[in-house]
Amino acid sequence: MFIIICPYCGERDQTEFSSGGEAHIVRPKQPTELSDDEWAEFLFMRKNIKGIQFERWNHSHGCRKWFNVVRDTSNDKIHAVYKMGEKPPINK
Amino acid sequence: MSQELRINNNKFIDQTIRLSFKFNGEKLYGYKGDTLASALLANNIHLVGRSFKYHRPRGIMTCGSEEPNAIVQIGKDPSLTDPNVRATEIELYEGLEAFSQNCWPNVKFDIGGINNLLSPLLPAGFYYKTFMWPASFWEKYEFFIRHSAGLGKSPSKPDPDIYDHKYYHCDVLVVGGGISGIIAAKLSAENNNETLLLDDKNTLGGTTIYQKNDCFQINGTYTNYWLEKEINNIKNIKNLTIKTRTSLAAYHGYNYLLAKENLTDHLNPDERKDKIRQRLWKIRAKKVIIATGSIERPLIFNNNDRPGIMLSSAIKKFIDFYGVKTGKEISLFTNNDSAYETAISLKKSGVNIVSIIDIRDISSSKIVKEVEKLNIKIYWKHTVVNTEGYRRISFIEIMQLSDDGSGVIGKKIKLKSDCLGISGGWTPMVHLFTQSGGKLKFRSDDNVFLPDKSKTPSDQISIGSCNGDFDIKDIILNSNKEVKTFLGIKNSSFDNLKVESSNEEKKKNIWLLPSDKPIGKTKPFLDFQNDSTAKDVKLALREGFKSIEHVKRYTTTGMGTDQGKLSNMHALGIIAETTGTNMGELGTTTFRPPYTPLTFGAIVGRNVGEFFDHTRKTAMHNWHVQNKAKFENVGQWKRAWYYPKNGESMFEAVQRESKAARESVGILDASTLGKIDIQGTDASEFLNRVYTNAWSKLAIGKCRYGLMLNEDGMVYDDGVTTRLGENRYIMTTTTGGAANVLSKLEDYLQTEWPELDVYLTTVTDHFSTISICGPNSKKILNKVIPYLDLSNENFPHMSFKNSKINGIKCRVMRISFTGEHSYEINIQSNYSKNVWEMCMNAGKDYNITPYGTETMHLLRAEKGFIITGQDTDGTMTPSDLQMDWIIGKKKFDFIGKRSLYRSDTIRDDRKQLVGLLTDDPKEILEEGAQIVEKLNQKPVEMLGHVTSSYFSPNLNKSIALAVMKSGKKLKGKKFFVPMENKNINVTVTDTVFFDKENKRLNA
Ligand SMILES: [Zn+2]
Repeated sequence: MFIIICPYCGERDQTEFSSGGEAHIVRPKQPTELSDDEWAEFLFMRKNIKGIQFERWNHSHGCRKWFNVVRDTSNDKIHAVYKMGEKPPINK
Repeated sequence: MSQELRINNNKFIDQTIRLSFKFNGEKLYGYKGDTLASALLANNIHLVGRSFKYHRPRGIMTCGSEEPNAIVQIGKDPSLTDPNVRATEIELYEGLEAFSQNCWPNVKFDIGGINNLLSPLLPAGFYYKTFMWPASFWEKYEFFIRHSAGLGKSPSKPDPDIYDHKYYHCDVLVVGGGISGIIAAKLSAENNNETLLLDDKNTLGGTTIYQKNDCFQINGTYTNYWLEKEINNIKNIKNLTIKTRTSLAAYHGYNYLLAKENLTDHLNPDERKDKIRQRLWKIRAKKVIIATGSIERPLIFNNNDRPGIMLSSAIKKFIDFYGVKTGKEISLFTNNDSAYETAISLKKSGVNIVSIIDIRDISSSKIVKEVEKLNIKIYWKHTVVNTEGYRRISFIEIMQLSDDGSGVIGKKIKLKSDCLGISGGWTPMVHLFTQSGGKLKFRSDDNVFLPDKSKTPSDQISIGSCNGDFDIKDIILNSNKEVKTFLGIKNSSFDNLKVESSNEEKKKNIWLLPSDKPIGKTKPFLDFQNDSTAKDVKLALREGFKSIEHVKRYTTTGMGTDQGKLSNMHALGIIAETTGTNMGELGTTTFRPPYTPLTFGAIVGRNVGEFFDHTRKTAMHNWHVQNKAKFENVGQWKRAWYYPKNGESMFEAVQRESKAARESVGILDASTLGKIDIQGTDASEFLNRVYTNAWSKLAIGKCRYGLMLNEDGMVYDDGVTTRLGENRYIMTTTTGGAANVLSKLEDYLQTEWPELDVYLTTVTDHFSTISICGPNSKKILNKVIPYLDLSNENFPHMSFKNSKINGIKCRVMRISFTGEHSYEINIQSNYSKNVWEMCMNAGKDYNITPYGTETMHLLRAEKGFIITGQDTDGTMTPSDLQMDWIIGKKKFDFIGKRSLYRSDTIRDDRKQLVGLLTDDPKEILEEGAQIVEKLNQKPVEMLGHVTSSYFSPNLNKSIALAVMKSGKKLKGKKFFVPMENKNINVTVTDTVFFDKENKRLNA
């Protein structure tokens, strides 16, 4: 049970948040121009890293804002939290 | 009653308060301050249960939560009885009633004991080897095993007790109120930290509080006196909260910990009324200090499980703390100095010590010299090779150890003993540290696993004996030093203590002690609760098991309710020894929470009955109740299902309601549908992107049905959206999908399309929706809102009007989910029950009929309208639903568009929505039933299944919707729906059964 610092509300318990999977997967601007394989890459393929992972979180029982989290999946340590659209403060 | 085993003058037991209790029906007495275990021992009762597999007699072995044998059932009341309670932990109260668990017909004569004679046939993996074959017999075996195993009985009636949850935040949490915990709590609280100190016992002080021995002194006084003074002092520190009878159950990440506080289990039953029984503390601590201590290890030798064989430290606590002699002629068997402390305590209380058997060659520490002065016979370099006595140990047999310790030599000596204390060294309680994610390191000097400071996940330290300090001097000095560093404290009142201890010189360890008999003929028990022996572990290794986790499961070592607190280290030691591995490399099995079992009551707290989940009720709910509606749960909503009249069955009520809605007028509470208010200059563009069809050209005041997909092209939700203004829409969603749809839309808005000027607000609860449908619906609406022009020209199908009812604003939509001419009135929820009643009044002459969800489903099925979640299951594309008309092919993009022409989604043999008619119009299909073509084929090919099925009163025949492979091509073809005792003949049809031309919408 970790603690997440929502960039809008501050420190809150994990139970207030929901996870939205891997971050920085941009929806293609022109899906029609993609092959089946390219579209499948966007649609289905997600990393499952043991270690530093960039992921999306939603403060679903709070301000309902989406933001990004850099978390080490091996020990749940959160290294950074940043707003949507912002550059990751840690190199990917 | 004789209490000749009880010594007087004990400050922890109040001998002025006598308590009566019953054990296996026998009336006994104890005193205030006793545990059930100490009271039983004072009554000379050691035998308390039978072992799990061989049903060997077992006695009280410890004095704490590690107890493997003395597991009892408390009470008989079918709602209050409590299984698997450790007799060593439960405090005695007046009227306590306890029963042995694992024996039948009684603990003294136990039929399962025959297994003991058969034990050569019950080796490791016995259950796996025997009962798994043939597989079809498993049910019979299981009954037999469970019956004879009998790990307590769960209560058969609801639990009337109250349980509580409490959130708690503090700067420092100290777990364990022994000497190091007390030092830590005092230092922490004195230095302005909000501190919480927990201990699972009812008194603080751990083992030091009853340590009155010349060898151990602090500043010139006995350690117990010194500690008692410290405890009295800390009770007055303002920012220190102390909770006793509170056991730490789990240590999660980010210093989130769960603890269970026992509030009433020590009270008489009549004192418990209306009190909270247990409270689960959910603690978030900035820093955690673990001071959980250590538990003594047993020794593993032949027949080491007889009643009367106990941990030496337990014997010491029973005499020093509870004032109970555990025997009249006690022997002690040890590999370290701890047993000598027990010897001194016993001698002081006048108990005869037969002998001390020590596997070491010699020891000359202070405490050993003290014991020698007391003329107690010590057999150095000896081991116990056998014990005798069935229900209670009577004799021990000892022999000299060979120089390498692998065998025995010389003559066997037989000693009379009614109690044998065993001491195999100490195991630090590192459970909490590992639960938190910490990694252990191995110290080979005394074979202990300790917290590895460099692999500690959160802000915490372990101090005292759980950190590997076993000497009182080390414990005090190191605890002081560690806590100071951890909390950044400069000066401490413990800095200049003068501590004296015995200075233990050496220990010796033999995991499996030798006997004069070959191992195959001995019974050296490892796991007392699960009855696994050192032999079983060796057999598992011979059979090829290598991983400690596998050996554990195969032999069941460490898998009882005690979680192998006593047995795990020996199992590891024997595995390491047998396989020639280093114990440190072998590692331990995983320590999982809870540390000691939790009650379900404590886990769920107040979230029971009506508080288990939220219940959502519409504003008209009470009207439905008064009108005898039956309700169904849709998510958290209670929806009116149908309204039976004069004892009607559900079928009869639904048939009547369905007919009335088509013949005259029906009324439905549709308030639970999700409603999302969408505003912003890009609202139309947003809808274009989230729905499959086009929205920009929808005129203000018009409504449109929309289908929403997931990015994978599968139908996700549907509903009617109305354009309220240039930049404003109101979207409806399905009842169950409302919250998820809003989340999904927010996700896209915030993360993919932040450039869009759109705001979403949920207004589901703000507005109630009354749906009036049927050929007479217009007349009803006309009475309720007389000045609203309802002509087809002014107010056509799929349009909306702002209006007022008695001056209250409302929105009226002319939309239909039944195929009938219908209206939906949306009005602020607090007026809606009133408006509903106005409609009912207005409809009196037209037999206005309230209908529920079941009739709604039937009516829409007659029209072939889908219900997402019933006719779809996350694998249906719009094309699969024969809804290609709703795809805006010219649109540049929408959620899921690209997926609609992936190679998989364009296959024409996908499952597609069809209509089904039974050849016998009276036959109603079961939803979920499979559809097949050939009955004799093996295996039968499943072509699809029924998704919706009803008897239509308006068509006077059975109708169904189904999904079938290549369904679009199957119109007119015949299939079977095989049921348990018949095959139903069906024909594939169009999905629209009623009013195919949609004439009734404008009727
Ligand atoms: Zn927030």
